[in-house]
Order: sequence, then structure tokens, then C-alpha cells
Amino acid sequence: MASESTHAVLQPNVGTAEHGHHPAQMPTGIMRWVLTTNHKEIGSLYLLFSLLMLFVGGSMALVIRAELFQPGLQYVQPEFFNQMTTMHGLIMVFGAIMPAFVGLANWMIPMQIGAPDMALPRLNNFSFWLLPVAFGILLSTLLMEGGGPNFGWTFYAPLSTTYAPPSTSFFIMSIHLAGISSILGAINIIATILNLRTPGMRLMDMSLFVWTWLITAFLLIAVMPVLAGVVTMMLLDINFGTSFFDAAGGGDPVLFQHLFWFFGHPEVYIMILPAFGIVSLIVPTFARKRLFGYASMVYATASIALLSFVVWAHHMFTVGLPLTAELFFMYSTMLIAVPTGVKVFNWIATLFRGSISFEVPMLFALGFIVMFTIGGLSGVMLAIVPADFQYHDTYFVVAHFHYVLVPGALFAILAGAYYWMPKWTGHYADETLGRWHFWLSVIGVNLTFFPMHFSGLAGMPRRIPDYALQFADFNMISSIGGFLFGFSQLIFVWVLVKAIRGGEKAPAKAWEGAEGLEWTVPCPAPIHTFETPPKFVPEVDSPSRH
Amino acid sequence: MSSQYYVPPTSKWPIIAVAVLGLTAVGAGSLMSYGSGLPFLLAGVVGIALVMYGWFRDVVNESMGGLYDAQMDRSFRQGMGWFIFSEVMFFAAFFGALFYIRVFALPWLDGQGAKGITALLWPDFTASWPLMNTPDPSIGGPNAVINPWTLPLINTLLLVSSSVTLTIAHHALKEDNRPKLTRWLIVTLVLGFVFLVIQGIEYVEAWTQLGLTLQAGIYGSTFFLLTGFHGVHVTIGAIVLLVMLLRVRRGHFSANQHFAFEAGAWYWHFVDVVWIGLFLFVYVF
Ligand SMILES: [Cu+2]
Repeated sequence: MASESTHAVLQPNVGTAEHGHHPAQMPTGIMRWVLTTNHKEIGSLYLLFSLLMLFVGGSMALVIRAELFQPGLQYVQPEFFNQMTTMHGLIMVFGAIMPAFVGLANWMIPMQIGAPDMALPRLNNFSFWLLPVAFGILLSTLLMEGGGPNFGWTFYAPLSTTYAPPSTSFFIMSIHLAGISSILGAINIIATILNLRTPGMRLMDMSLFVWTWLITAFLLIAVMPVLAGVVTMMLLDINFGTSFFDAAGGGDPVLFQHLFWFFGHPEVYIMILPAFGIVSLIVPTFARKRLFGYASMVYATASIALLSFVVWAHHMFTVGLPLTAELFFMYSTMLIAVPTGVKVFNWIATLFRGSISFEVPMLFALGFIVMFTIGGLSGVMLAIVPADFQYHDTYFVVAHFHYVLVPGALFAILAGAYYWMPKWTGHYADETLGRWHFWLSVIGVNLTFFPMHFSGLAGMPRRIPDYALQFADFNMISSIGGFLFGFSQLIFVWVLVKAIRGGEKAPAKAWEGAEGLEWTVPCPAPIHTFETPPKFVPEVDSPSRH
Repeated sequence: MSSQYYVPPTSKWPIIAVAVLGLTAVGAGSLMSYGSGLPFLLAGVVGIALVMYGWFRDVVNESMGGLYDAQMDRSFRQGMGWFIFSEVMFFAAFFGALFYIRVFALPWLDGQGAKGITALLWPDFTASWPLMNTPDPSIGGPNAVINPWTLPLINTLLLVSSSVTLTIAHHALKEDNRPKLTRWLIVTLVLGFVFLVIQGIEYVEAWTQLGLTLQAGIYGSTFFLLTGFHGVHVTIGAIVLLVMLLRVRRGHFSANQHFAFEAGAWYWHFVDVVWIGLFLFVYVF
């Protein structure tokens, strides 16, 4: 039987011919990866792709930090600097963070709900392979006449329409492809969660990672089409003479910002809700306690998602909104701090009087809680309209969203990777290297982004290759931190390669305090798990049991 | 456990679909950005059509082979339902843009309301809807707009009745009354086809006689954006229903198992509802 196999999915060279379940259907070599419909293999592809994009986008960040190491122009021209800030943002958001979470969803959701695979496996393959094409097109614009996108990752009109480089139509096409990939991936995830749970598992018995992904998938299906709509309007303005974002014809450039941020704000929750889910699994495991307030975590996640539809204009306080709008969006934004606070409270309450141990996944999860909260608090500062007038488009904003995305989303992804690496590869991640990775990352990330709060408050504008002399010290610290953080991530590659090739073998339940169906199957997980629905008894197995 | 999950085998269609979609994107991108790439675009579009044919044919064959269980059926249903929701949001963005322009942007440009200071840009501009005179006269608005009570009203009646006839066809399928099913499905398709023809006539008239073009300021922009994407969706829906007709003639579907037909019907009703919104907010009000 296939489930007896101890075949590791990350090792494509291990033969699969002995599988009785799908005889003669498994292609070999590269075609196996091209045609795969297996959720674990597609999960691995997503994760490896996002790791690659992390380094591509990271290299661009280092170009930016090298240029900003000192005032004046040293290495790049302002035109290229603009392309770097734009591409860095686009690649990190759409190419690194989002696909990494989709990869984790692919790997873990079927295993956590006792499903054999994703609900629509071929669609899953389609969703993944669209991404390399989309990002191939996006990256190729850097080599085109007039250069790549240079209008910032938020691509505000008219910078992205009237004054855009000719390659912008390629940029729009790549956004469309990535958007199709996201929507179809999200549909697949929802159908999997709602339809493929093992008998007996109710919604309130699901792990929080599954819950947060269910809500994230809903957000994706709701807002990715709006992004598709807004880039389509851009395309028409550029190529067909329409006036959507041109006031001369009766349109409005501010309309672009409304549509973009109607997508963009939920988008930031798309990048953080699954992170909440991962941390909500890891903290109980290493505190050896059940999660405090399971139900309130679910409700808080849902509230954050619903609120995310009515806060978008907090990105536009200085653009010239009516006073009523400024007040409404200020209050609604501050309201989000309440469910977010519930979550942080619950994590801390879970830690309270737990028997805590500090393995690498736990270190990253704790780092997440502390530093994500820093980013959350600066977010509340930015929500205050009069204060935002001062902070807007300064490095304070850059500091804020990098705190929620780097030691926030990225740390949670890394925490999840260390947590589930035994399940993926059969071996524990190297503990010593993992600790080096964590501590160098913590130091690097804070050196990079904490000084940005100060340079921003002092008035340093973002997206400018040069700056006034008084910002020199802070920028030098940020650049040193940036290079430290960037090169520290190579340790993770080393850890991953080591774990794939060998290391300390992990039992099915790799962590003493871990709960959930994924820990009932062997490490590494055989290529096919749960071909028949596993037994699930809510009174025993549910994270919400009392 | 007695119940085994069904996991479909691998297929070459997804990766081919990625290839032709990528080809289309590259073709369209280079055509618009640098003026060349039409062959890629055409090859991509033809490729998409072939892939849809091949992929759906395989799925239909698997379905006819009885390979899909009730769980797979639910997955398809949920997938289609959420796909339609994503389409709703796509149109919601366009309707949102229309309302924003009409309720906020134009009055402000005219000097009214909270941001009336915008009127400093073009002091002579007067807002109206439909917007016949653009703020900057060099862009120029349309000379006239489509009268809602002529062709658009006929189109509304056509599309609403097509939803009714499709429902009759669906009931006929549930009663296993094949001749009735075929008849009403054909009526639905004819109604959809006539709708598209009338839409075409309207476009030609707008473009050549009324000066209502994509370049005719924000009215022309929103008009063609909303009606154009709706027309594309009617076309897709009609192709789906045509495929359903061909499958019905081949004896596919049973009285209680015909999800593909239902999915096509859902899509058609969705397109119909969008049209009602269009008729009201693009043509009438
Ligand atoms: Cu926001």
C-alpha cells in the first residue's frame, strides 16, 4: 500500500514505481514536477519558488540599501533605483510571501483535515505553474526598452499610466497571470476545507492554520478580481485612450487609489492571517498547553477580515479626502486593533504558566509576537489622521509595513518551515544553525528597520535614492542591518539542504506537545496520505475541546 | 473504512494551459507596449480555445465514465460558486468606479461638495451625466448617448426571457424530457445570440454616429468598460450553453446528475443579473 512508503517528497530521485495506487501514471524526471497534481509536491514547488523569489527580491533590496548607505548617488541611477523599489515590493508581495503561504497551505491543509489531496488537484498544478510565467514576464521588463516598472509597487496613476515606461503592458499581463493563479488557488483551498474534512471534523474543530487560510482564501477571491479590474482600466487608459484616471476627460487619479487600496488593504491581511494561524499552532506546541481562547481566535480572524473591507482609505489621508471620510477611515482602522489585540493576548495567555521550551520554530514564533506587535502599534499611530499627515510617504511608513511583513509574515513562514521540516524531509532542522539563523535575523531586521522609524519621523521621504545629510547615520545602520539580514537567510538554505539530505530522524509526532492529524502520519509524510478518511473524535482531537 | 477518496490522475492540460496563457500574455503585452507580437497573441488565443476543448473533453469523459463521486461533485459546485463570486467582484470594481465618478469626482470638478476646490483646474466645466462635455475640451465627449428605451430595452427583455427559458430547459432536464430540453435550450441560445447581435449594432451606431467611443471622456470609458466586459461574458456563457446543447444531443446528463448544465445555468443567470445593473445604471439613470 502506498501509505507504507517512507518516500520523501522533497527527494525527487527516490523511485515511486512501487506505488500500487497509481500504477504507470507517475511521470519521471522533470515531467513529474511539471505534471504533478500531488498537494505535497505542489506545496514544495510553491515553497521553493517563493524561496527563490525571496532572494531575487532581497537582492533588489540590497541594491537599494547599498545606494542608501551614504548620501549622494554611488552605484545606480535614480531611474534604476525606482525600478528596484518597485520590483522589490512586487516580487516580495506577490512572488515571495503569498506563494509561501499557498505552499504551506498545500502541504499542511489536506494533512490537517484528513484529506487525501486538494479538492481540485489539476487546477492546483495550473495555479502553481502560472507563477513562474508571471514572474518571468515581470522580471523580463527590466531588460526591455525604457526599463521595467518604476512607479512603486502601488503603481499609482498617472505615474503608471501617462508617465509609465512602455513595458507597462507586460507588467499588467504579469499581474493578471499572478491574479488568476491566486484566485484559482484560493477557490481550491476553500473547496478543500469545506468539502474534504474527515468525517466528524466540524468547522470549530479545525486547526487555526486551516481557519485562517479559509478566511484568507475568501479575502483573495473577493479582492484579487478588483486588482484585475484596476489594472485592466490602466491598460485601457494607456493603450485605448480612456479617461478613467485622467481628470481632463472626467476621470480621477484618486479613483485609482480607491480601487487599488480596496484590494490593497485586504491584501495585507492575506499576508498576515495565515501567519497568525501558524503562530497559533507553534505557541501551544512549545508551551505544552492548549491554545488559549480558540473560539475567540476564530472570531477575531473573521472580524479582522470583515473590517479589512472598510478601512482602505487610511492609505490616502493626504490625497484630499472629505473630512467625513478621514474620520470614518481613522476610526474603522483603529477598530482593527481590537481583534488583533485579542490575538496577541491569547498567545501570551497560552504562554502563561506553560512549560516552555525554545526550539527554533518557537524562537521565530516568539520573535513574531514581539516584532509584529511593534509593527501593529506603529500602524495605530499611522491611523491617526493628523499624525499621518506628518508620517505619510516617509520612512516611518516603510518601517511600519516592514515590521509586519518581515519579522511578521516572513518570520511566521520561517517558523512554519522549521516546525514542519521534519514532516517534509523526515529530519529535524539543524538546531544550532537554526539558532544562528534566528538570532542573526533578529539583529539584522531590527538594525535595518528600527532606525527607519527615526529617519521617517525626522522627515526622510521614501523611494528617493538620495537624502539630506542629517539622515546619514540612520541610513548607514539600516544598510548594515540589511546586508546582515539578507546574508543570514543563506543559513536557511543551508539548513534546508542539510535536512533534505540527512540529519536527526524525526518520529511521526516530531514535537512532544504537537497536536493535529498531520502528526499522526510518519515523518517524512508518504506521498499519499489519508487515502481513506482518518478517525477524528472531536472530544479528543479538536483544538477547541473543553 | 469503506469510503475511499477519489483523486484524479495527472493531466497534461494544466501545463499546456499555462503555456498558451503565457503566450497570450506575452503577445498582448508586446503588441501593446512595442507594437509587435500579434502572431503570438493569435496563437495564444487559438491555443486557449484548443486547451479548453481538450481539458473539458477529458473531464467530461471521466465524468461519463462514472469516475467522479459525490464529493468530487461538491468540489466542482463549490469551485464554480466561488468562481462566480470572483466575477461578481470583478464587475463590482467597475460599478464602484462608475458610482465614484458620478457621485464624487464629477461634482467636485464642477465646484460642488467637500472637494469642490478641484474646480480650479477647469473653471468652465459643468458636471452632468451622461457627461457630454469633458473638463478639458480637447478630449471631447460624445455627441449623443444611446436611448435606453430602444435597443437596450429590447436587449433587457431578451436576456431576462433567456433566463426564464433556460430555467424551463433545466426543469425539462430534471423531468428527463429531452425534446423539451433541447427546444428550450435552443430558444435560450437564440435569445443570447440576438442579444449579442443587437449589442453589436448598438456599438457600431455609437461609434460611427453618436461619437460615443472609448476616447469620448469618462462616459465613453465607463460605457464600453461595463457593456464590453458584460458582452464578453455573454459570449462565454453562450459558448458554454452551446456545448451543453451538443452534449444533450449526444445523450449526456441524467435527470439528477447534470452539474455541468447547472454550472452553465448559474453563469448565465449571473450574466443576466449584471445586465440588469447595467441597464439601470449605465443606460437609464
Ligand atoms: Cu491598510
